[in-house]
Amino acid sequence: MPNIISMIIKRLGLGVLTLLLLSLLIFLSVEALPGDLAETILGQQATPETVAAIRKELGLDQPPLTRYLNWLGGVVQGDFGNSLALKKPISGLIAPRIQNTLFLTLYTAAIAVPLSIILGLAVSLFRNSYFDRITNTTALAAISMPEFFVGYVMIYFFALSGYFPSMANINANTPLLDKLYLCFLPALTLTLVVTAHMMRMTRAAIINVLALPYIEMARLKGAKPSRIIVRHALPNAIAPIVNVVALNLAYLITGVVIVEIVFVFPGLGQLMVDGVKFRDVPVVQATALIFASAYVGLNLLADIISTLSNPRLMRQR
Amino acid sequence: MIYLQTLLGVLVFTVVGLAAGWVFREMLVLITSRNTGKFLRTAPLTASFGMLVITIYIFCAVFAPLIAPYGEAEILSGGFEPWGSTYILGTDNLGRDVFTRLIYGARNTVGIAFLITALAFLFGTVLGIFAALKGGVIDQVMSRLIDVLMAIPSLIFSLLMLTIFGTSVFSLVIVIATIDSTRVFRIARAVALSIVQLDYVEAAKLRGESTSYLIRKEILPNAMAPLAAEFGLRFCFVFLMISALSFLGLGLQPPTADWGSMVRDNADLISFGDITPLIPAGAIALLTIAVNFVVDWLLHRASGLKD
Repeated sequence: MPNIISMIIKRLGLGVLTLLLLSLLIFLSVEALPGDLAETILGQQATPETVAAIRKELGLDQPPLTRYLNWLGGVVQGDFGNSLALKKPISGLIAPRIQNTLFLTLYTAAIAVPLSIILGLAVSLFRNSYFDRITNTTALAAISMPEFFVGYVMIYFFALSGYFPSMANINANTPLLDKLYLCFLPALTLTLVVTAHMMRMTRAAIINVLALPYIEMARLKGAKPSRIIVRHALPNAIAPIVNVVALNLAYLITGVVIVEIVFVFPGLGQLMVDGVKFRDVPVVQATALIFASAYVGLNLLADIISTLSNPRLMRQR
Repeated sequence: MIYLQTLLGVLVFTVVGLAAGWVFREMLVLITSRNTGKFLRTAPLTASFGMLVITIYIFCAVFAPLIAPYGEAEILSGGFEPWGSTYILGTDNLGRDVFTRLIYGARNTVGIAFLITALAFLFGTVLGIFAALKGGVIDQVMSRLIDVLMAIPSLIFSLLMLTIFGTSVFSLVIVIATIDSTRVFRIARAVALSIVQLDYVEAAKLRGESTSYLIRKEILPNAMAPLAAEFGLRFCFVFLMISALSFLGLGLQPPTADWGSMVRDNADLISFGDITPLIPAGAIALLTIAVNFVVDWLLHRASGLKD
């Protein structure tokens, strides 16, 4: 038991270290900006006096390390500074959007995870049949499609006929059922993109296990194919499958940005893209940090779960 | 009704595509040498279809000015002309011919994606093999640095970088090539690690060959097969990434014709039941599907037909 706890603590420590380095990277990348923030804000109205005034106001006259520590201290307490374009505190902009993006991601996961695992199991059960080949090829094709293509195809087929709205305009007061209805098309788009990935990886994980001698043994003693897959192969494939699920949830984070733009969904991705367009550096920094933390967190979770399910991995380090 | 029609359309497209792929493969077998022909015969229909599509795209990219009826950024009429005999696929929001821009898009989007992938491979493989060859502290430092860079989702990282360096073609190429080279580094290092331990590399080291000789003449030739398949996959990633960035308005800038921005410019049409914006998006999808089919075949061959 102490082994497990120390492993988890070690991994968490590594995760925190990665996040610290990330925040440093995100902060420093802005330092590399040609000129500085003050000149960027003022643009053509930059005179030496106004630049000096703004630099003072933003605290740019202080050394980088102090500013980094101040910024990080604020971030830890949920204060990301002020948006340059909107002149409002960023935390106020972010809070409702995080909820929306999280809702969309969880909604997608709730559909995509069971669907892809069932499909993956079915496909490995009928391995090398026409069903397997066609599903596999379709999945490969689905992976290759850009998210916005899938999104617009969804709009063309399901929104024009009036079944579902093409714009997912939700806010905190929208009742849950309405939310589920309004967000159906964006969630379906993300599901299509992610399911193909997860299904192929689930299939690969199961087929890897199926190559082991104890499966051969089960087959020789006359177990049914469905029983071999569900009772013998699945328990040993759970670790890679959980890994696949976590990795794909992390992948969803980038998919969400494009889908939010297609469906005009008031989420974090839209905020970030707007930030990039107006070169609103603090907003981009804040959103990048949040997306990156979610990504690191999910990868960490995948790592811990797969180590827990396979004790051999713990002995290695 | 519309669903049935579409389903039928997709089915017909698949059958015709696969048939064309078969014809294309047989043609290739006929015109190439015996050994290449033998190799090509192992391609499944999906991969043949992929090769056909890739050939068509390359043809469009190379001969764009000859095929396209109008100039790339030529403004010909009022916005959003419908499809017809003068403008095959209508005109876009500014009155430029959509078909012409689609052809030029093959040149710009695919060309830049290829350039970025090539650059990423140049940096990634050289650094990756270098790290594997040197080992020790150098390897550790480089690998940990790459790990941190890879901890940021690539789309998010490129958005951050493009905010800083602005949205020019040059910064786009450099930013995405850098981000992608981290992924190539990992693969190249892993592949090189197993080669570095072999006796002939050891022998070359003892002969006193230089590092660059070791990388170029000893390791790279033997790492070629897995890296080639990886090149196809990375090309797809890069291609989808710059299309996504262009779609967000942060990739290739107007008036350069580019498929991602064509989707964004004409996106409003979709609410009126006009499928024009789906065509450039479909062009992106078709090429990535084609490349993936070919890579899938090559990987399947390389893995020794495992299952």
